[in-house]
Amino acid sequence: MAWRTMWRALRDGPATEPAPAADPLLAESLAARLHAAAQRRLGRGLAIRQVDSGSCNGCELEIHMLGSIVYDLERLGLRFVASPRHADVLLVTGPVTRNMHDALLRSWAATPDPKFVVAVGDCAIDGGVFKGSTAIIGGIDAAVPVDAFVRGCPPTPAAILEVLCTLIEANTPPPERVRRI
Amino acid sequence: MNARTLLLTATAEACAPVPRRHLTGSQWAAFVTALTQDSSLELRAMWADGVSVYTIFLAPEDGTVIFASVSVELGLYQALSPARPSAVLYERMIHDLWGHTAADGLDMRPFLDHGNWTATPPLAIRPLPNLTAPEPKEFLPAEGEGLHRIPVGPVHAGIIEPGHFRFTAQGEIIVRLEARLGYLHKGTLGLMQGKSPRVAARFAARLSGDSTVAHAIAFARAAEAAAHVLPPPRAEALRCVFAEIERIANHLGDIGGIINDAAFALMQARFVWHREHLLRATETAFGHRLMMDAVVPGGVSVDLAPGGEDTIIQALDTLAAEWDALLATYDNSASLADRVVSTGTLSASLAASFAPGGFIGRASGQAADLRRVPGYGHYRDIDVEMPVLTAGDVDARVRIRMAEVVESARLLRHILPRLPEGALLERLDAVSGEGLGWAEGFRGDIWHWVRVEGGQIAAAFMADPSWRQWPLLEVAVEGNIVADFPLCNKSFNCSYSGVDL
Ligand code: SF4
Repeated sequence: MAWRTMWRALRDGPATEPAPAADPLLAESLAARLHAAAQRRLGRGLAIRQVDSGSCNGCELEIHMLGSIVYDLERLGLRFVASPRHADVLLVTGPVTRNMHDALLRSWAATPDPKFVVAVGDCAIDGGVFKGSTAIIGGIDAAVPVDAFVRGCPPTPAAILEVLCTLIEANTPPPERVRRI
Repeated sequence: MNARTLLLTATAEACAPVPRRHLTGSQWAAFVTALTQDSSLELRAMWADGVSVYTIFLAPEDGTVIFASVSVELGLYQALSPARPSAVLYERMIHDLWGHTAADGLDMRPFLDHGNWTATPPLAIRPLPNLTAPEPKEFLPAEGEGLHRIPVGPVHAGIIEPGHFRFTAQGEIIVRLEARLGYLHKGTLGLMQGKSPRVAARFAARLSGDSTVAHAIAFARAAEAAAHVLPPPRAEALRCVFAEIERIANHLGDIGGIINDAAFALMQARFVWHREHLLRATETAFGHRLMMDAVVPGGVSVDLAPGGEDTIIQALDTLAAEWDALLATYDNSASLADRVVSTGTLSASLAASFAPGGFIGRASGQAADLRRVPGYGHYRDIDVEMPVLTAGDVDARVRIRMAEVVESARLLRHILPRLPEGALLERLDAVSGEGLGWAEGFRGDIWHWVRVEGGQIAAAFMADPSWRQWPLLEVAVEGNIVADFPLCNKSFNCSYSGVDL
């Protein structure tokens, strides 16, 4: 089966789809802010650490799909890493529960600067349906500063990928800067 | 007196579709004693409210569902765990959320409560402000020469929900594993109180995102039973369609994940590609990839979009076209078999005493499937075939999951062309009542209970099968190497959010 699958892949081309276009406005504003700090240190490529701070696991299901051959985020210079210490980006889902608050703060502190935080899903924005519960402290920005939000319950993999691509755009040194280095 | 006869002497409270037997403290104590002699009743769920503790038992031979409750007297009730060890986690959760103590309980350490909540117990009639600082968690001891402990989590290395695993290992062999959960506790049950069933259904749909359909069905059935309403036939059939798609999608993702944990990336790529294909077909057919909020009390909120049936059948056809090749690769890869065969074995006898349900049960000799026994909704009109294996290892769980994919695909091909015509939603009046609902999710049996007063939820509980599956994972990994834990864990895939509530 392995040979047949490989042969078919050669014949039909890859299952991977073209990357979604980045949102130009968001890219611009993030680029301006992170210009000085990020470009020299990170280069074109982001290491992502996913942290679930209280999700229902729906958001994780869709984040998982980013690694599949359909979206194949590694070709875009994005990869999931096993520790916040290796990460440029924290991809955080869920409301922040009281029981995960400390672990989220520690993961954030362990992520080296400069870092991005992307809050994924309606819960991560403001608590979503769980807003008002005494067991949560709110959305992700109630615990750590957030650079970008992705709407949806859960957001589609394409929507998450779009924001990540935007981060990369924001993170790419402009041509003149490259020349100077 | 045997356990069942004892129950008949207790008061029957109105609850649909199963009356609730309410026991006094002494009747309950006699019932628990009788249960030690009687293995025919399997504990399937347990929870509480401010004044009582509730239990569900299932008699698998005849499909009888037994719903029994006991009054809590002075904060105490007789523990069930000496007769049914699977009650331990429920008793710890009941203590954390309602403050009722199980007298003679086997283990009363906190589970969901990490000492961080502002008022405890959060669901008690009168919670008190929590003024003490969180204490360090206490783990079960393991003693012996050369043992070391490996603390893992709550944030894990992969993309997975948070939980703390405390391994005690000798060299690379796991001697003891203890899972400490509760990190995802969102206070969901408290949020449901005072809401209409229609609004509260959004919480049921978000207890465990991977089982959003199955939990929504169980909740809707409980709310419908409380209001004495039957959903229209088209809604019942569509619920089956949603549930079987959810089952296939989860199994495809998990089988891929298990195989990937054995470092066989090619097969994982194919399984996950099929999962994505099916999710897109689902979005075309029903407007949402995971069908969140598609099931509501009274029926369903979405109909099949024009052309939706063909899209789903096409996705199933594409899967079927590659299925034999995938199966053959699984069968013929010695390197894969080396990792999955005789890894993470759950013995049939332990499975019998915990009744984990789902594919975990079916891989260890337990045939239970709520779609068949006692049945519900549209499944009463169709036959569901499920194989049972006895090996109980990772391989057996993979094979059962594969068989479930095939069977669910068959069911979809059977139901979709025969969808009854008609309405999608029945009105739920703002009445008072108590109802019980169940559904077979991809993990196994799900039980929901609601008490509605004047159209608002007064109390509710949502029971995921993971309550009885987590302790079995702890046992199944004993004697395995630490490096095989991801394989074992993925082959169980218990829900964290589902038990953290
Ligand atoms: S946004 Fe939706 S899918 Fe994501 S964690 Fe919240 S409830 Fe679950």
